[in-house]
Amino acid sequence: MDFDDTPDEAEFRAAARAFLDANATLRAPGAVEGYRRGQDKPGALEAAKDFQRRKAEAGFAGINWPVEWGGRGGTQIQQIIYDQEEARYDVLTGIFGIGINLALPTICTWGTDAHRARFAGPCLRGEEVWCQLFSEPAGGSDLAALRTRAVRDGDGWVVNGQKIWTSGAHYCDFGILVARTDPDRPKHEGLSYFILDMKSPGVEIRPIRQISGSAHFNEVFFTDVRIPDDRRVGPVGAGWKVALTTLMRERYGMRAAPGPDFEEAFALARSVTLEDGPALATAAVREKLAEWYTRTQGLRFTRFRTMTALSRGQTPGPESSIIKLVAGNKLQEIAAWGLDLLGMAGSESGDALPLGGLFEEALLYAPALRIAGGTDEIMRNIIAERVLGLPPDIRADKGMAFRDVPTGPR
Amino acid sequence: MNFDFPDELKQLRAEARRFLTDRCPPAVARRALEGTPPDRALWSELAAMGWIGAALPERHGGAGLGQLALCVLSEELGRSLAPVPWASSVCLAGEALSAFGSPAQQAHWLPRLAAGEVVATLALAAGPGPFDPARLGGAVSAGRITASRVAVADAATADLLLVAAPGPGSWLWLVARDAPGVRVQPTEGIDPTRPIARVELHDAPAEPLPGAADAADVRRLIDRAAVLAAFEQLGTAEAALTMATDYARERYAFGRPIGSFQAIKHKLADVYVAVELARSNAYYGAWALEANSAELPVAAAVARIAGCEAGWIATRENIQTHGGMGFTWASDCHLYYRRARAQALALGSAREWKHRLIDLLATRNRPDRPE
Repeated sequence: MDFDDTPDEAEFRAAARAFLDANATLRAPGAVEGYRRGQDKPGALEAAKDFQRRKAEAGFAGINWPVEWGGRGGTQIQQIIYDQEEARYDVLTGIFGIGINLALPTICTWGTDAHRARFAGPCLRGEEVWCQLFSEPAGGSDLAALRTRAVRDGDGWVVNGQKIWTSGAHYCDFGILVARTDPDRPKHEGLSYFILDMKSPGVEIRPIRQISGSAHFNEVFFTDVRIPDDRRVGPVGAGWKVALTTLMRERYGMRAAPGPDFEEAFALARSVTLEDGPALATAAVREKLAEWYTRTQGLRFTRFRTMTALSRGQTPGPESSIIKLVAGNKLQEIAAWGLDLLGMAGSESGDALPLGGLFEEALLYAPALRIAGGTDEIMRNIIAERVLGLPPDIRADKGMAFRDVPTGPR
Repeated sequence: MNFDFPDELKQLRAEARRFLTDRCPPAVARRALEGTPPDRALWSELAAMGWIGAALPERHGGAGLGQLALCVLSEELGRSLAPVPWASSVCLAGEALSAFGSPAQQAHWLPRLAAGEVVATLALAAGPGPFDPARLGGAVSAGRITASRVAVADAATADLLLVAAPGPGSWLWLVARDAPGVRVQPTEGIDPTRPIARVELHDAPAEPLPGAADAADVRRLIDRAAVLAAFEQLGTAEAALTMATDYARERYAFGRPIGSFQAIKHKLADVYVAVELARSNAYYGAWALEANSAELPVAAAVARIAGCEAGWIATRENIQTHGGMGFTWASDCHLYYRRARAQALALGSAREWKHRLIDLLATRNRPDRPE
């Protein structure tokens, strides 16, 4: 057992570090990636695109993409090593994640050579940004219940309907869209997968203000939006299968959730005095801190186990499915606990609080981590069914034509 | 990154699982629960396969496989609920003799331990409350010890007692169980498959382990044993999860398997998460143990806390999943529930380890942070 890079991995890490040192600045010591900051700053999008272009030129964009797509043709472990290194620097790369990690891999797997030739390069270089048009008001966890219609019309499709929770729709160039092409089939069988130009006539984007006050995601409305048939990905009616390629990648995340984590909780406990003296000398505080440290370390070493499997060229086991479930809940608990520790003063906002309002920010952001990309409940279903082999849920709409599926009062 | 056991130890783990599934199903633990005296034959079989001496050097009759071998064997013995003095004789007493015994003591006792001819245990707890070597009590002078210890596992069947007590030249003392002045009184315990006893020593002949110079040495011994205990806890927890999952697939209510209800599925998914976190933390403990890392105290505490949590949730929810049947004497659920609780108390409860962990982290300049 060891935690060392292999010689090849060490060489790759050094190269990644050299690129990052030359093109980015290290995050300030102790600074934690926040939620309000980053993409809300003026000029952030341009700066992010500029960094992405340099990253692509240096061969660090799409490390795990095959060479045929324009990627590096590297290994998953190299991708993780680069991501680990990049996380230490003050750069904004999350906005390219949907394109590079979800959209293009799906399009390159299921689409045509022309799709790949047209879209892969601009995505990798940050010239075109992608969003994901999957969820709808009527279909979130039950994604296949989506109702947006695409109707064949000559050499294209006419789309009407609404998507929701679309991160970045307001600055994105293209979206991956799943729409219903046949409501007479059971719900999973009547879907098709499209590439949508977000500048198309009839696309209307309305920001959704989230509980923190920020607006990182949107409602997207379609009124007679035309999509040429050559922007369809995969066969008509195979949209669910194509979408699964996207969804499987979405749930496979290796990065830790942003803070505050144990270290910030520990720092806060050091700074506060409670009824019985310093918080760090209070039994209840100490026991909570120990539990979070144990969970944080458990996630860290679970990632190590996954990396070990990847490093050996194996497919990681189900252990990676637990990370999302644990991290979101832990963040929410730590955030609430941190504010409680401050007592009445904890209800003040922002910079008046210790650590610049980090715990407050996290409190207002943490619910998203438990919902986006598969809710806690969906993650538990996945673990129970795919890992523990428990029977699937009984589905009231099984085999039923989609148009006959009960929807309840809406 | 190579955060996994080497292939030969994974093979040992698979062999151990096969052997124990066959030779030591829960019915064997149940016999111990019902009062059948411990099965020395099973212990001899483990010795014959080289398990007891797995980590001991070959010159002392061991297999020289190192601490990682004890980790995988602990996991499988925990999984099978084997009613054997593994934790006492191997993880505590054997490790104490290896770490702190004189060459003569090692040459005399270790081969006998490895062969399963001698069973030993370590007496730690002086009474209720957190374990603190500095508050152990007891008097040692001129090779005689007077002390009382409680909840000493396997003391009634052990041939050799190691007793933690501050005395001239050592903090650990060897006492023969049949020596004059030694009284071992079996007591009822939460897990009769792992019997405990009170040990009263009155002017009993005692021989020091010369290497155990201070309280920190005792602490180090417990930290090392805690990693192995975490693997036992992991095995027990995973077995309870398997039992609950199997039952949830087979048991029907309202016309469908209860495992198709999210109330059951989600509960068992949470158990799985706790077990996987315990596994990951136990692996880190294994690394620290094998590497003799300065991280060992923190790694042991974290492994121990996660192991206690997994054992508790897994065995508790196993009973709950079984409903009323899970509460009966006839069901095996309570074997796991009892064992997990006994494991969580031996070497100090999770509560104590949490405080120890925070003490350790508070003295660090900058606590560890995952990348």
